[in-house]
Amino acid sequence: MPAPQCASCHKARAALRRPRSGQALCTNCFCAAFEAEVLHTVVAGRLLPPGAVVAVGASGGKDSTVLAHVLRELAPRLGISLHLVAVDEGIGGYRDAALAAVRRQAARWELPLTVVAYADLFGGWTMDAVARSTAGSGRSRSCCTFCGVLRRRALEEGARRVGATHVVTGHNADDMAETVLMNFLRGDAGRLARGGGLGSPGEGGALPRCRPLQLASQKEVVLYAHFRRLDYFSEECVYAPEAFRGHARDLLKLLEAARPSAVLDLVHSAERLALAPAARPPPPGACSRCGALASRALCQACALLEGLNRGRPRLAIGKGRRGLDEEGPPGRRGSHSRPDPRLRSPSPASRDSSSPLGSDDDVGVRGHL
Amino acid sequence: MCEVGDDYREPAPAGPPPPRPCREQKCVKCKEGLPVVVIRAGDAFCRDCFKVFYVHKFRAVLGKNRLIFPGEKVLLAWSGGPSSSSMLWQVLEGLSQDSAKRLRFVPGVVFADEGAACGQSPEDRAKTLAEVKLVLQTVGFPWHIVALEEVFSLPPSVLRCSAREPVGTEGAYKAAVDSFLQQHHALGEEKQSRPCPQHPQGRAGLPTASQTEALSRLFNSVKTLTAKEELLQTLRTHLILHVARTHGYSKVMTGDSCTRLAVKLMTSLALGRGAFLAWDTGFSDERHGDVVVVRPMREHTLKEVAFYNRLFAVPSVFTPAVDTKAPEKASIHRLMEAFILRLQAQFPSTVSTVYRTSEKLVKAPRDGCAAGSPGPRCLLCMCVLDVDTADSATAFGAQTSSQLPQTQPPVAEAEAPTVSRCRSGMGRAQHCCRMEEDDPRARVIEQLCYGCRVNMKDLPSLDPLPPYILAEAQLRSQRYCPLCRGGRGRLGGVLLGLGSQRAASPGPRLSRRSRSVCRRPTRTGHGLARPQRSRKARMGGWPVITHLYK
Repeated sequence: MPAPQCASCHKARAALRRPRSGQALCTNCFCAAFEAEVLHTVVAGRLLPPGAVVAVGASGGKDSTVLAHVLRELAPRLGISLHLVAVDEGIGGYRDAALAAVRRQAARWELPLTVVAYADLFGGWTMDAVARSTAGSGRSRSCCTFCGVLRRRALEEGARRVGATHVVTGHNADDMAETVLMNFLRGDAGRLARGGGLGSPGEGGALPRCRPLQLASQKEVVLYAHFRRLDYFSEECVYAPEAFRGHARDLLKLLEAARPSAVLDLVHSAERLALAPAARPPPPGACSRCGALASRALCQACALLEGLNRGRPRLAIGKGRRGLDEEGPPGRRGSHSRPDPRLRSPSPASRDSSSPLGSDDDVGVRGHL
Repeated sequence: MCEVGDDYREPAPAGPPPPRPCREQKCVKCKEGLPVVVIRAGDAFCRDCFKVFYVHKFRAVLGKNRLIFPGEKVLLAWSGGPSSSSMLWQVLEGLSQDSAKRLRFVPGVVFADEGAACGQSPEDRAKTLAEVKLVLQTVGFPWHIVALEEVFSLPPSVLRCSAREPVGTEGAYKAAVDSFLQQHHALGEEKQSRPCPQHPQGRAGLPTASQTEALSRLFNSVKTLTAKEELLQTLRTHLILHVARTHGYSKVMTGDSCTRLAVKLMTSLALGRGAFLAWDTGFSDERHGDVVVVRPMREHTLKEVAFYNRLFAVPSVFTPAVDTKAPEKASIHRLMEAFILRLQAQFPSTVSTVYRTSEKLVKAPRDGCAAGSPGPRCLLCMCVLDVDTADSATAFGAQTSSQLPQTQPPVAEAEAPTVSRCRSGMGRAQHCCRMEEDDPRARVIEQLCYGCRVNMKDLPSLDPLPPYILAEAQLRSQRYCPLCRGGRGRLGGVLLGLGSQRAASPGPRLSRRSRSVCRRPTRTGHGLARPQRSRKARMGGWPVITHLYK
């Protein structure tokens, strides 16, 4: 049966049905609609004022590629200028290939590109080194916890280097939905309270961040990239199978099959969550070491690095953070000697924890960014 | 799965592993009895300690919240399933003379027969009802058996939130308990015996065939199982509410257990009801105003309930539900339940983590039915509407956006496209008030919250719905545009500078003078479109005010 006519221009054959509304559109009309929606999100949410210097977190993956492309199309209308900032976490066999894609994009679009590497910023700690350091304790390596926090920090640093006023990332609606599911399953009331909006306004000296693709579903992002023939890197991070986000992602796919609007329904729920004031995180101050936004004395990035440097990588994860305040030789475990009955389950398969969206670790881990 | 804040230990350098449960292990509480059940992650209890633990939890939940006053009439919603049977049994034992610190309220039981919605044959329904009656006679409380078909004869007042006096403070609760105790001593023991069991107020036979058929037609017209389950829940809630109001019960107790509430919380998230989680899964749910729904079993896991019922022979009746034998991927409810139970098997703290997160949710500040008009309420679930304007940068705005270069309405009609035309914030108010009058479906849809709207998409036609819903929708749309918050041609309680709107809207034909007088809306009866008042009454003084419509 031949495809119907496009519902908006009635000239070309339809190439897809939009998942959201079931409307049949041809490629050009769909791309125009997609761009119009992103523009509407940015304008109605007042995300990027005219004259903004915008640092786009580019990883070479489909979301950031589409984001950069769309913003580049819309830049004249919005009056913004773009810089690409790529973060090199030092994951062999994955990140180097992705960076090659970013470089090609920067060359094709003639956008300035800055690459920030973990090895330079964080004293030689690449993700592979972190993975080696956290391995072997009988539990999962929690690489994603480190990667998320440090990448967020690196992105902010790169944005500062290029003199940006705003940071944008390519999170789409599926990411937001997975995040809210994940936060509920983990019981992370603090992140539930912080998340749900279109970004954060940037308090305490941090740059304002936003997610223009937040209301676009992942299917549409992929289709847009396909129709516009964008060149992106589509493999999964080597550490991704260990992340807890995988559970939430499987669940989301099943939910979407049962009810197509489930993704946007979850985003709506996330926007409307009301948490008790006691559950919300305290107003942030500045990290005592690096001056970045922090809810406690040390920002999470500094805390994680502290733990790595001391040879106790789990120092800053969970309640072990209390150990940070002790200045003693490693081996003293006064603060976390309480046995936890919950940990008796043998060989937990994949423990948490990619850092979902929050104020100091905005860029969550997905298969590829 | 790690929770945030999970305590990680470095691998212990030495020391024996924790002892596995073995024959010689004793109950962790009394250290004497042989354990029969393992609760949580390794606490083994003997039979008696388990009973004490279970009963104590029930009493503690009731006592901590102090919502149920002594002498109050409480309706127990019993579905026949294990959790509600357990709740029934706890209340029975708690009210008996020989229990320490007796419960002090006056119970009744309601059983809703949903066989028609599940497609059961009349013989099966009769058989189930016979078993149900047997159990109810054993229990001995005044009972009410209602069939779901009775929703077709409910009045539209069920959907209205009635005002009630605010909940008393701590002092009021204590005072009430003290005065009750004094009364108890004064009147002597025999008066305070168990409530008399000779009130079989349930109806005798099955409802009429036409009602059954209408119900089947309604449920067969729903396209997805998810929407069916939600609709069933809504109708059941309204029915129980009606029973409670008719017989003067001020509280309804439902038997939702911890596991079920965790699943319900995640399901509500996925259905777009994130704004109402605190009401849907909290201990008390006061959205109906005069009748408060409480959930005393919310701290008992399903495992504990099952073991208790088995060990202490609690009677229950199996009734098939809409999703019995449905495959796992058939509905959002089933998916979520399967997911959480699977995760729970892998990580035993899943359910308790979700439950604890639910305790941190608050009801949004605009709460209750106070006269400070918090905003319009959803027609079906009676929560304050959580929809934004049509083109906002939110998930709702994205779905109703008119940005698309559409030259014809979308193929699937049930997407509620007409909702977006109510542009409340954009000054085209008369446009909004006019549009829905042309389309009865849009008129109903605009009065629903986000979650209910999504469910309605799976209902291609609103005609099979029970008449009270449609009548109430009509009544509300006559006088209250939920999105622009204005009256139609007369002053309501909350008007925001709508002079031009009054002039332009096609409200009832009122004289100019009466339009300028501040009047409150009257209730003229079910389904009447316009109040037929004489000219004198319109020009003259105040009309009869029966109820400040909300």
